[in-house]
Amino acid sequence: MLDLLWADNVSFRYAAGAPLVVDGVTVRLASGALAGILGPNGSGKTSLLRLLSGTHTPTAGRVLLGQRPLDQVSRREAARQIAVVPQETELAFEYSAIEIVLMGRHPHLGVFAVEGPDDVRIAEDAMAATGTAHLASRSFHQLSGGEKQRVVIAAALAQGSGVLLLDEPTASLDLGYQLEIATLLTRLNHERQVTMAISTHDLNLAASICRELVMMRDGKVIAAGPTADVLTPDNVRRLYDVEADVHINEASGHVAVVPVRRLR
Amino acid sequence: MNIRRRIVIVVGMFALFTAAVMLWAPTVGSTAISLTRAFDRSIPWDANVDAQIFFVARLPRVLAGALVGATLAAAGVVLQALLRNPLATPFTLGVSAGASLGAMLAVTMRLEFGLLGVTSIPLASFGGSIVATALVYALAVSQRRGLSTNVLLLAGVTLNAFFSALILFVQYIADFAEALRAIRWMMGGLDVAGYTPIVAALPFVLLAFGTFAMMPRTLNLLSVGTDAAAARGVEVTTAQRLAFFSASLATGAAVSLGGPIGFIGIIVPHLVRLLVGSDHRVVLPASALFGASFLVLCDLAARIVMAPLEIPVGVVTALIGGPFFLWLLVKRS
Repeated sequence: MLDLLWADNVSFRYAAGAPLVVDGVTVRLASGALAGILGPNGSGKTSLLRLLSGTHTPTAGRVLLGQRPLDQVSRREAARQIAVVPQETELAFEYSAIEIVLMGRHPHLGVFAVEGPDDVRIAEDAMAATGTAHLASRSFHQLSGGEKQRVVIAAALAQGSGVLLLDEPTASLDLGYQLEIATLLTRLNHERQVTMAISTHDLNLAASICRELVMMRDGKVIAAGPTADVLTPDNVRRLYDVEADVHINEASGHVAVVPVRRLR
Repeated sequence: MNIRRRIVIVVGMFALFTAAVMLWAPTVGSTAISLTRAFDRSIPWDANVDAQIFFVARLPRVLAGALVGATLAAAGVVLQALLRNPLATPFTLGVSAGASLGAMLAVTMRLEFGLLGVTSIPLASFGGSIVATALVYALAVSQRRGLSTNVLLLAGVTLNAFFSALILFVQYIADFAEALRAIRWMMGGLDVAGYTPIVAALPFVLLAFGTFAMMPRTLNLLSVGTDAAAARGVEVTTAQRLAFFSASLATGAAVSLGGPIGFIGIIVPHLVRLLVGSDHRVVLPASALFGASFLVLCDLAARIVMAPLEIPVGVVTALIGGPFFLWLLVKRS
């Protein structure tokens, strides 16, 4: 399968002299993939996503979008192909949900252009797909955590890009919303063939929706491959310093991970 | 939902209001004049007292007020989005303190120079604003790649305090009459003598507004967050630089024309947001227009409320704007 986005042995540090937060990582995202980037807090997941989206440039190595180095692609063009859902969205001013979603059309509009009927229709479609159509005129500030996250995902969908990078999409959500987002992401991957990479520290989320996993610790990849191969008790122990029972439900294909005790 | 139509209608209403205020304001004053007679070309200029009062005595002042008000309000909008901070003003980043120090030095050192008909005080104040802008920018980019808005904010606030201390120091050692003259300048005043100072400030303001015109969608995205903006295709550092320099340049030009008139840059954007929401495609032009009409009205009040005594316009903006804003805030919630 074709590699859509490929981080080729990338390293990254935020400032000269600072430690490497991403250290020689190679990740290949094939078209249509649903990949999880799994690791404890501070393992470099968010930084890796920033490299993959091109908002940060690797200190060493390169990221390829299709055949082209991502740092040679303009931000505008990159944004038409790669959308990002950040961990948290904190607005400085009050915007309605539809205004937030319409901002996803930015890379498709000229400097002085205003969203036309097509853009509005795309935004409304995206809201329908994420079950947020009824929230369109509500103030984003007043939405619940799960609603906000779905609106931000709708904005990313409205961007019309084939790749969606999600940074801890369920981190601040309760169980019900976690399930909702997980279901939504799986559906978007199936129905819209959106290629996704999801960073998370949530083993169960990764196990339940991702078809492949990259495990990161201290900026390095410690295991990568199909979920069932990677998600072993041994790898979980190396990842979190935690002893865990890993169960695979043969009927549903779900993987359940139960932490038993912390090592060290 | 037609977005373009909404923008045009809302901004058009603000434009009509501003145009009406600007036409009406010059007719008000100690001598009543008629607009019809002022614009009547059949009466010779020498005989047309109404036209003389309108065009020579009052219109420059109204235009200066409109230019300064529009600039401060628009610069406030841009800086609030850039800093992601609704409490930012055009003066937060040290521009006005630099300008005031420049003006103060020009007054106390009795500098008498001019350029293209512009006198030493506005020139020195514009110079001071440029120095302050350069200093704040140098500090903000010194630390890491790109522009740190946190450092920008801290450097601006610190520089404000530093320049204010220098102003007090200069004021302390200056003689009484000079110090008073400088203090009066700092209270703001739009009593410009003729059109020359307006024309001198205009290129900088136009350059800044040209830049602002390209930025509203970018400002929306910046106020959602720099990461989000970058992911939606905004060249964040370039956009931040453009926003900072254009807003600072415009503020420097406005302050050199009217003095550091406070309150407009924060109150007008908030008022407009209360009325029309946060989309910068509406907020930015509507704030510029409302800033213009608001300052012209405040200046009118400054002229007539205690006539023949004039109140400094900087005092009036806060006296009128403050309670009005609070009323709107309470009424809305």
